Amino acid sequence: MSARAIRIAVFVAAALALALFPLVGGKFGVDFVTKMMVFAIFALSLELLVGQAGLVCFGQAAFFGIAAYATVLATPRTGAASVWWLLPAALGASGLFALFMGALSIRTRGVYFIMVTLAFSQMAYYVAHDTPLGGGTDGIYLDYTPALGIAGTPLLDLGKPWPFYYFVLAMLVAVFVFLGAILRSRFGHALAGIRVNEQRMRAAGFSTYPYKLAAFVLSGLVAGLAGFLFAVKDGFVNPELMGWNVSGTVLMMIILGGIGHLRGAVIGAFAFSLLEEFFKLDSVFGDFAKHWHLGVGLAIIACVAAMPHGIAGGRLRRATASNTEDAEVHRGKP
Amino acid sequence: MDLATFLVQCLNALQYGLLLFLVASGLTLIFGVMGVINLAHGSFYMLGAYMAYALAPAFANLGGLGFFATLAAGVVLAVVFGYLLEWAFFSFLYERDHLQQVLMTYGLILVFEELRSLAMGDDVHGVAAPAWLSGSIPLGTLMAYPVYRLFISGVCVLLALGLYAVISRTRLGMMIRAGASNREMVSSLGVDVRQLFRVMFAAGVALAALAGMLAAPVSSVYPGMGNQVLIICFVVVVIGGIGSIRGALAAALLVGAVDTFGKVFFPQAAGVLVYVLMALVLLWRPGGLFKAT
Repeated sequence: MSARAIRIAVFVAAALALALFPLVGGKFGVDFVTKMMVFAIFALSLELLVGQAGLVCFGQAAFFGIAAYATVLATPRTGAASVWWLLPAALGASGLFALFMGALSIRTRGVYFIMVTLAFSQMAYYVAHDTPLGGGTDGIYLDYTPALGIAGTPLLDLGKPWPFYYFVLAMLVAVFVFLGAILRSRFGHALAGIRVNEQRMRAAGFSTYPYKLAAFVLSGLVAGLAGFLFAVKDGFVNPELMGWNVSGTVLMMIILGGIGHLRGAVIGAFAFSLLEEFFKLDSVFGDFAKHWHLGVGLAIIACVAAMPHGIAGGRLRRATASNTEDAEVHRGKP
Repeated sequence: MDLATFLVQCLNALQYGLLLFLVASGLTLIFGVMGVINLAHGSFYMLGAYMAYALAPAFANLGGLGFFATLAAGVVLAVVFGYLLEWAFFSFLYERDHLQQVLMTYGLILVFEELRSLAMGDDVHGVAAPAWLSGSIPLGTLMAYPVYRLFISGVCVLLALGLYAVISRTRLGMMIRAGASNREMVSSLGVDVRQLFRVMFAAGVALAALAGMLAAPVSSVYPGMGNQVLIICFVVVVIGGIGSIRGALAAALLVGAVDTFGKVFFPQAAGVLVYVLMALVLLWRPGGLFKAT
């Protein structure tokens, strides 16, 4: 069997396993795996930027949160909105913000890029935090779960755990396949070229800015999809969705899974969620469980110190190498 | 707005800007010279504020000098802490890429926050300004300005001047400036770069902690206070240009003014104005106002 055939077989097996999971997992299990799959989509959006285009974005939570807010705010007070226009509206909001944020931040490189994306996401955070539009610090509730149907006939009741589980699974598979196709396309190869050596790409006649901006907006759209699903799942949004903890968490997920391939993002999202849940266990940590951040923090430090290649292995791509000449020199040391 | 109100706001803007400068100067030096992006820098500010709260009772019997004793003890502790921290966590980050630095320092923030929560609880604490600094100076007929805020500005100006003197006039400053422009070259010229980094890191931690200690009586001491300062300091560093002390000073004063007057004129949008300022600067000069090369 060729490597590609093996990859496809593993992918199909994983998708089947997830599809069969609700038969054995209880209510809690289904809910938890749904959350992990939403975060897997979120992590995939960041993997496109960090792992494929070499842009270390530390403001991914902004797109997630903006789409979640848009989902809630665009739902009418009188009844359920149709997914067919609510989802595009949510994606439109996050895509527009990604266009604005990307157009400005892509002008910068390396450390600057990290800080600028963080600062812009904090800007979004403070808008939600300080203005009464989205309920301020308290957040707002989604009154009606969006309806999914064709010509008035309902297809799936997204308010119920099981149908929603399959809806999220279908989205995850679709995003994975879509991003895989993107990366195999000419556009994906251009991104890889930019990651490895942007100067050379420019010399070869590529105007790199539009490629990076397109990747940024695409990433914002995918993160927006995750935000939409999250809002529908929880039925509640608050400013913390855009907090930098969320950006840090999703960055941690892709590192943990291993940067440089899409499967790393999915594995990382699952592994990190399980790790978090483990540190929250009362039965293991007792009263200490409420300080679960400490465990996560120590795990992150240990992970950076000991496993620079992530769980899924693979080569460590020098994600920012092409973006800082300075870093290049610095890394030249044996 | 009458003249007295305007003057009070100007003084507030100056005081806030100078305080930001203390935190941002360490941050920009650690970026510029060591090439490390340190998200945990805000935690040092928080550490300082909590030290001001926790150490004050120990020096209470010294009367008026107790405040200075607290500051001195806090700075010494911060230097030792910074030195050890650099040795344990940061010294092996130099050869890693920015992504790993972000993660490591992000993990440190989580750890510091939880340790703080374990050691001091999650309550908001007030810290009293020393008695001899707690008065106010009358401005016009209706307004008064607290002496302690003037004291903060004064200390910050002295420290800024001191920092300027060290950076521009001493051998250490020369090595730091050289390190900011070309690390490899400085190292090949026989400077012990590791030691230089460690000292600089400790100094940066001490400056941030000192800022936290000075701010504690004004802002009180609360969980998560470091992160708020950190993000604003990122904006300051980005506007000023990474590695530039002058840039950090100019940007800190600018951010202080925009934030303070923003709260007066546009209270609804105050939180966003600073970021709008950053976006405008980036459009105009992507490398910051004073790009250090």
